[in-house]
Amino acid sequence: MSIVKLHVNGAVHEVDVDPSTPLLYVLRNDLDLHGPRFGCGMGQCSVCTVIIDGVATRSCITPVSTVRGKVTTLEGLSTNGRLHPLQQAWIDEQAAQCGYCQNGQIMTAKALLDKNPNPSDAEIRAAMDGALCRCMTYYRVQAAIHRVVRGTKAAGEGK
Amino acid sequence: MSDALHLPKAVEDALLAINQPSRRSFLKASGALVFSLSVSTLPGTRALAAESGAAVGPYPDPDFLQLDTWIVIHPDNTATFYVGKTDGGQGTGTAFRQMMCDELDIAYDKTRLVMGRTDITPDQGGSGGSDGVERDGMVMRRVAAEGRRVLLELGSQHLGAPVDMLAVANATIALKSDPVKKVTYAELVGGKRFNIPLTGRNVDAATGKAAVKPVTELRVVGQSLKRYDIPAKVDGSLKWAVDMKLPRMVHARNVRPPFAGATLQRIDESSVADVPGFVRVVSRGNYVAVICEREEQAIRAARQLKAEWKRPAAAPFPPSDELFDYMRRATPTSTSEPKVEGDPAAALASARHVVEAEYEVPFQGHSSIGPAHALADPSDGQMTIYSNDMKSYGLRIGVAKFLDMPREKVRVVYMDGPQVYGRTAADDAGFEAAFLAKELGRPVRVQWMRDEESGWDTKGPAHVFKLRGGLDDQGKVVALEYEACSADHNHLWYNEPDTVLIAQLMGRRPANPAKGSAEAPTSMYAIANRRTTTRIVGLPMIWETPLRTGNLRDPNGPQVTFAFESFIDELAAAAKADPVQFRLDMLADAKEDDVFRKARSLAVVRAAAKTYGWDARPSPKSRAAAARGKLLSGRGIAYTYRSNTIVAVIAEVEVNRETGRVWAKRLVCAHDCGLVINPEGLQHTVECGMLHGLSRALWEEVTFDTENVTSVNWASYPSLRHSDTPAAIDVVLVNGDPTPGRPDLAPYGAGECSHKPVIAAVANAIYDATGVRLRRAPFRSERVLAALTPTST
Repeated sequence: MSIVKLHVNGAVHEVDVDPSTPLLYVLRNDLDLHGPRFGCGMGQCSVCTVIIDGVATRSCITPVSTVRGKVTTLEGLSTNGRLHPLQQAWIDEQAAQCGYCQNGQIMTAKALLDKNPNPSDAEIRAAMDGALCRCMTYYRVQAAIHRVVRGTKAAGEGK
Repeated sequence: MSDALHLPKAVEDALLAINQPSRRSFLKASGALVFSLSVSTLPGTRALAAESGAAVGPYPDPDFLQLDTWIVIHPDNTATFYVGKTDGGQGTGTAFRQMMCDELDIAYDKTRLVMGRTDITPDQGGSGGSDGVERDGMVMRRVAAEGRRVLLELGSQHLGAPVDMLAVANATIALKSDPVKKVTYAELVGGKRFNIPLTGRNVDAATGKAAVKPVTELRVVGQSLKRYDIPAKVDGSLKWAVDMKLPRMVHARNVRPPFAGATLQRIDESSVADVPGFVRVVSRGNYVAVICEREEQAIRAARQLKAEWKRPAAAPFPPSDELFDYMRRATPTSTSEPKVEGDPAAALASARHVVEAEYEVPFQGHSSIGPAHALADPSDGQMTIYSNDMKSYGLRIGVAKFLDMPREKVRVVYMDGPQVYGRTAADDAGFEAAFLAKELGRPVRVQWMRDEESGWDTKGPAHVFKLRGGLDDQGKVVALEYEACSADHNHLWYNEPDTVLIAQLMGRRPANPAKGSAEAPTSMYAIANRRTTTRIVGLPMIWETPLRTGNLRDPNGPQVTFAFESFIDELAAAAKADPVQFRLDMLADAKEDDVFRKARSLAVVRAAAKTYGWDARPSPKSRAAAARGKLLSGRGIAYTYRSNTIVAVIAEVEVNRETGRVWAKRLVCAHDCGLVINPEGLQHTVECGMLHGLSRALWEEVTFDTENVTSVNWASYPSLRHSDTPAAIDVVLVNGDPTPGRPDLAPYGAGECSHKPVIAAVANAIYDATGVRLRRAPFRSERVLAALTPTST
């Protein structure tokens, strides 16, 4: 065990764990952040996705001791009680079925839009391809991303 | 007063708070304290438990013949509904609330819903068979109508006016002639019990004296209200079963046999002694689990544990690439009595044209996105299991039998979880957690790993079909012979203590394996001469096997419909008929039945064709068109019904002749499930059901060698992805009832039906595009490419 310092959702935490512990278990079990979830433990499905310094990262295969940057989880997306536009779009499009994987869908979409606020449909499909959903909500998830992209464009044109 | 729910407060808040539509403002305005107060003063079953000093159990069955079990009116003129169902993500919870609000005359946003809690919600069996809205929703409507009736009587006494002079709206009763004179539900029974008995020989028949409203008077039903559970699922605030944590909780991981049928010889416990946080190895028979204080420690210990296993004397199953040959040759474990109409042999002998074909569907898995998990708490000599199992009541009874505990001492707290399209391994994890918790005397959380979930969860049975059909001079189907063979021997049901994996590995066996099923197709086609036979075969090893079969979203429906509707398409092609018209002609000759399946089938097939913009012509497309370019496009239709719900799906595909990749570019579904409770919720369920079918059509296949399942993660068990998603999906909700506005129009199930015809629709579209008939699912690129490539001679 050793002390690991983490920057998560704007706060600094110190945890005493085995340095090889996947970030996922520290977030879920030590910091009580349940947005990221266990899906495969192999980096294949994206259910555990968090964003570290702008990069969508699979927390299930990221040893906690290697995390240097600022971590954002699903819980960290809203600001001052206001949902992130992606979260609002998810509600507007009713994008979830069971919802278990939606952390991976939303966080992967956020990393995409932060880099490319105006992706094409093909770019959305490519960027989202690793985010699996067994309820198969893909069509609605893509609609929700398109909705955010349209909103960003409209806001830009209004300026 | 002590907390009647006796749950960790965060869970309790989450359970009750998530279905406030204006959750944030509500929480802000009222504060969490109000929640805990309202919980502890609930006048229903929970308060009863508290009054009897039994807040920590035992947990007797909630009495479904008491109105108070179902509905509680609070002093703030809101209501909580208690129902014995679960919501796997299709929005049934929202639909239940809509139905009950309508009958009770209370605004939707003034209500909450608690589901699937075996100690405080009546046992309606949990979920399954797409019957939640159709059957159980009707019970909810009846009890809510009874609540309204009783409140009206109380209001009549209170206002001194006969019931027929009263009007009800928004949980308030007023004099029609003088609306200022009014009384709220809360003023009449808020914080008190109704004390009204219901009648009915079982929960499905539970009813009061009141009649439900005619559907023409329903106002909340029919609205596309947003699902109450989605906000907390997208902001990370919802507590799921997988998030549950208790003081002194430890983490368990199972150690599965390294090959199917292996017998445990020896465990070397010293091999994990150096793992930090190691607590114990628990083993009984061939069941092995390691327990550690922390989750990552348990994972490490499970990987590190050394154990010796002995291989079984004979291979437990044939390898998957020999499966269909094995099934064809195997001696059936049971064979159905042939069902014969007319004289199919004579009709085939005199047919102008005879078509024969065989179809194959492999085992396909649930492969839940979230591997099975459960937390069991053995405190106070009771057992509380936190689980997303869709049949929480069965889990409770099964665990009680398994652990030899009185069922009153066991309760299951249903919480949200990953997909539950039937009998998943959530059942197994619940038993394992309870067993380990009892062994350790501490709360134990069990979490399956990915390879365990994909490898050891229950599977939808593999099928082989053989069909023969005859056409007359006019291209009309005069005879059809259907033979289905399903590898479904020892089909697992729900929560049976001798059939869950842990019991099997411990050597427990039920007296007989479950027979399983092989089914006849469901269609309204008029075919005068028919012969239908089905048989079931078993694999060599039926116990302790990773090839356990169990219900997977309409258990045989997609397989059967793939074979049957592909074959109907083959007959249409042989008759050089348009596939839609060919089906309509067979439906037109059908006899009508009591739920108007004929009229509704015709309406659905026509609506699908119209929505798609179907141009009538035979399949396949002309060769000249097919010869151009690397992308071949085509469209196919398939129609069927499940129970009383009718569906037709049209798929438009693009087939890449160079890579074999199939993309379903567009899907159209026409769907008639009678009365629609929530159109948007229904549409999404229909969409996602179709895409699940598409995943099974294009990707899903359980593979195995002679001793292990080898498709154990998302690389070896590929599933549909974003890049496979159609560019367009159209869902048209049809009401093909001959009297569509009738006041007793019933809602029929919708959770599975759109899933059912998709494999067939895609196969038919591939044929239309390429002229090549694929009779073996899934249609992965390599299989399509091989079929498109003429074999060299």
